[in-house]
Amino acid sequence: MTAKQSLPWIAGAALIALPFVYREPYHLHILILILIWSFAYTSWSMMGRFGLVSLGHGGFMGVGAYVTALLWNHLGVSPWIGIPIAMVAAAILAMIVAYPCFRFRITGHYFVLVTLALSGIVLQVITATRDYTGGSLGYTPDRTKGSQLWALQFDDKVTWYLIALGVWAVGLAIWKWVDRSMDRYALEAISEDEDAAAAAGVNVTWEKLKITVISALMTALAGALYCQYQMFISPDTVSGISVSLQMVFAVIVGGLYVSLGPTVGAVITILLAEGLRIGFGTKAVGWDNLVYGVLLVVFIIFLPKGILGSILDRLKTARKA
Amino acid sequence: MLVVEGLVKRFGGFTAVNQVSFRVEQGEILGLIGPNGSGKSTIFNMLSGTFAPSAGSMQFDGTEISGLAPHRIINRGIGRTFQIPRPFHRLTMFENVALAGYFGQGKHSRIKAEEAAERALGMVGLTTDRHALVDGLGAAGLKKLELAKALATGPKLLLADESLGGLDENEMDQAADMLRKIRDELGITIIWVEHIMGVLMRVVDRVMVLDHGEKISEGLPSQVSSDPRVVEVYLGTDAVATQAAAAEARR
Repeated sequence: MTAKQSLPWIAGAALIALPFVYREPYHLHILILILIWSFAYTSWSMMGRFGLVSLGHGGFMGVGAYVTALLWNHLGVSPWIGIPIAMVAAAILAMIVAYPCFRFRITGHYFVLVTLALSGIVLQVITATRDYTGGSLGYTPDRTKGSQLWALQFDDKVTWYLIALGVWAVGLAIWKWVDRSMDRYALEAISEDEDAAAAAGVNVTWEKLKITVISALMTALAGALYCQYQMFISPDTVSGISVSLQMVFAVIVGGLYVSLGPTVGAVITILLAEGLRIGFGTKAVGWDNLVYGVLLVVFIIFLPKGILGSILDRLKTARKA
Repeated sequence: MLVVEGLVKRFGGFTAVNQVSFRVEQGEILGLIGPNGSGKSTIFNMLSGTFAPSAGSMQFDGTEISGLAPHRIINRGIGRTFQIPRPFHRLTMFENVALAGYFGQGKHSRIKAEEAAERALGMVGLTTDRHALVDGLGAAGLKKLELAKALATGPKLLLADESLGGLDENEMDQAADMLRKIRDELGITIIWVEHIMGVLMRVVDRVMVLDHGEKISEGLPSQVSSDPRVVEVYLGTDAVATQAAAAEARR
C-alpha cells in the first residue's frame, strides 16, 4: 500500500479515535454538526457536479426530518423504520418533480426554478399543517429516558459523533462509487449535450432520474439525522429556500468537483455561522445568509472550482512542473 | 434491412419531409444528397429517434422503430454521427468512445465497452494518446472521433452525417475511403448524407436525392447525376439549358 492509499485509512482511524481522547462537549457538538452537514452537502453535490443545480434539497431534508419525527410522535414508529420511510417519501417526491422535468427537457435555469418551487412548497406545507408539525415554532420528537437505541436518542456526544462520522464516510463512499462508474461518463456527457449523449446510447431521462433519487435519499437521511441529534427542528433550519441556498453556497465554496469539497464547505459555513453567533450574538441573526450571498457571487466569478478544488489543481500543476 | 414508407415530418405549418419512401439493402452504401434544408438531417433525426415522425413507418430488420427513444434505436443497431461533431469535452478521447461502447451496445459491460472503443479508434485511425483530451483535435480528428463513437455502439446500420465541409480534398478522399472500409471490413450498411455530390458519387452504390423534403430522384450514381431534375436542383435551370446546348454542339 502506497502512502497515498493508506492516507484515508490513517485519517479515518484518527477521526474515530478523536472523541476517546478529546471530549470537550462544545467542540464535539460543532464537529457533529459539521459531519451531518457535510453529508447533506455531499448529497447535494451528487447532482450539482453534473450541472443539475437543485434548490429543492431543503425540501428533501425537511421531508426526512419531519416524516421521521411525526411517525415517532404520532404512531410510535421507531426512527429505525421511520427514517427509511422518510427517505422513500423524499425519493418519491423527487421523482414526481424530476421525472416530468427530465422527460420534457426542462434544464438549466428552468430546472432550478422548478426545484426552487419544491423547497417553497415543502416549507408551506410544514407551516400550514401546524396542528401536527408545530408550524414555524418548530417541532420536538418525544423524549425517551436516557439513551435508547430503539428511539435513536443518545445523551452522550461521543455516540452521536461516531454515528455522524459513519454516515459521512458512507456519503464519501457513494460519491466515489458514482465517480468510478460508467454512469459518471454518461452524466458528464448529458451535462454537456443531451442529444449527443442519447446518440451514444445513453438513456438520458433514466440516468438523470437515478442520480436525483440517490441524492434525495441521502439528503433525507441527513435531515432525519439532524432531527434525531438536535431533538428540535423548525421549517427554517431543515427546509425551505435558505437551507437549499446554504447547500449550494457551501458546495461551491468547498469545491463542486472533488469528493471532500462539500466537507470543506461545511467546515467553513458552520465555523462562519458559529463565529457570527458568538461574536455578535442576537444582533447578527441572518448575517450568515448575507455573507453567504456575497461570497457565493465572489466564488462563482473568481474561484469556480472552490477552495479545495483550486488547491488540488495547484498541487497537480506543481507536481507536473 | 430498412424499409421507410410515406415518411412525413411537419414542424408547425412547415413540412420538412413529405411522403418519402425508400429501402436500404443489407451491405450497401446509400448516398442521401440534397441542398441545404432539403430534409436530409430531418430524416436522420427521425431514423435515430431524435424526432418522432408525423406520419409514415420505418421498419428496421422487420420491426417498427418510429417513436422509439434514441437509446432504444441505438441498442437495436442504428448508429449515427452528427454533421458538426459533438464530442464531450469533459471526457478524454478514449472515454468518449468507451461511453458509446458501454451504453450503445446495450450490454453494459465495461470490458466489452473498452474493447469496442479500442477497435473503433483503431478503425478510424485515432490511436495516438488515449488519455488525451478532445480539445487538441482538429476538424478531421473530430470527425474521426465522431465516427469512432458511432462505431463503438456496434451498429448494423450507420447513419453518417458526413458533411465534408471544412476538409481539404485529401481529407475528403480519406473520409470517403473510410466509409467504404467500414462497409467492406465490418459489413456495416451505411446511409451517407452529404450536400455536395463530388466524392460521394465515387463511393456509394445508390443515391437518393431530396429537394424541399421530397424525393426527386433515386438510382445508380451515373443515372442520378444525369437526371435533369437533379441537375436543375444543383446547378439551376440555366445549367440544364447550357448542358443541352453543349450536347447539341458536340453532335
